[in-house]
Amino acid sequence: MKQKTPAHPAQSDLEDQSFSYHQTLTESVVELLIQKKIIATDELHAQLEKIDSKNPAEGAKLIARAWVDANFNKRLLKNLNLAAGELGIDAGHIPIRAVQNTPTLHNIIVCTLCSCYPRLLIGLPPDWYKSRAYRARAVREPRTVLKEFGTNISTGTRIEVHDSTADLRYIVIPMRPVGSDSLNEEELAKLITRDNMIGMTVVKPLK
Amino acid sequence: MKPFQIGDWVKVRKSYSPGHIRTPFFVRGKSGVVKSMLGNFQNPEQLAYGRSGLPEKTLYRISFKQDDLWPNYTGSLEDTVIVDIYEHWLEPVEQVRV
Repeated sequence: MKQKTPAHPAQSDLEDQSFSYHQTLTESVVELLIQKKIIATDELHAQLEKIDSKNPAEGAKLIARAWVDANFNKRLLKNLNLAAGELGIDAGHIPIRAVQNTPTLHNIIVCTLCSCYPRLLIGLPPDWYKSRAYRARAVREPRTVLKEFGTNISTGTRIEVHDSTADLRYIVIPMRPVGSDSLNEEELAKLITRDNMIGMTVVKPLK
Repeated sequence: MKPFQIGDWVKVRKSYSPGHIRTPFFVRGKSGVVKSMLGNFQNPEQLAYGRSGLPEKTLYRISFKQDDLWPNYTGSLEDTVIVDIYEHWLEPVEQVRV
């Protein structure tokens, strides 16, 4: 006997949601730019694809190289965009500055004004990074926010919060974890996560 | 305008001008130290309105002690926030904080 399929609850499609003022404005501007031949549709989509192709693995590669090559680490701190090119990584035209964690200094990244993030290197930021709560609390009570991420930084370690309000973007170089001496560069890169590069977590020691 | 050097004490202008502003509210009127200079950039507060952003403005990294920014800061007294601030938001501080 044929079983009756239970009714699937209706889920709204994208088009079923209402358009906000700014979505309407954005769509209108895009249409006009295309109509006036200032940008072409394929150029627009190529750029969107390029941004979507960026992910935390690109940043992890740079950091793993810096862990195994002290000279590269120096070049990375001096000019990240240039150093990335050495590994065939295009970090975009906006200057990105690396800030390095040490046993006495822990860095974290925030943009209190909006959501500035090294997206041309490691992709789009997580939603929490853009939230008002993170943006306000990361500068007001960074140690409490870190604890909520499971990260305990001792009071003997200074915390430096970097607020990227203007024309630069920041990324954290976490400390190489204890017990990773036998790993090669590729294996090291796999240990490094997005939140390590925002400074909300540290790279876990290996067992 | 007097250029600022690394190590100088500076104060962020306590101004509340409307519009597109790149200096966060929480550092206005606060003093900090010039940590480094980031170079010259077209002024984003003008670019936001389709203007040229010229002349370019020098961008500084200013380091603030958390304890100077907030009442009852609960972390370490050594904790800091570094904010990127344009020259036109900064004024010199004559007296070094004790």
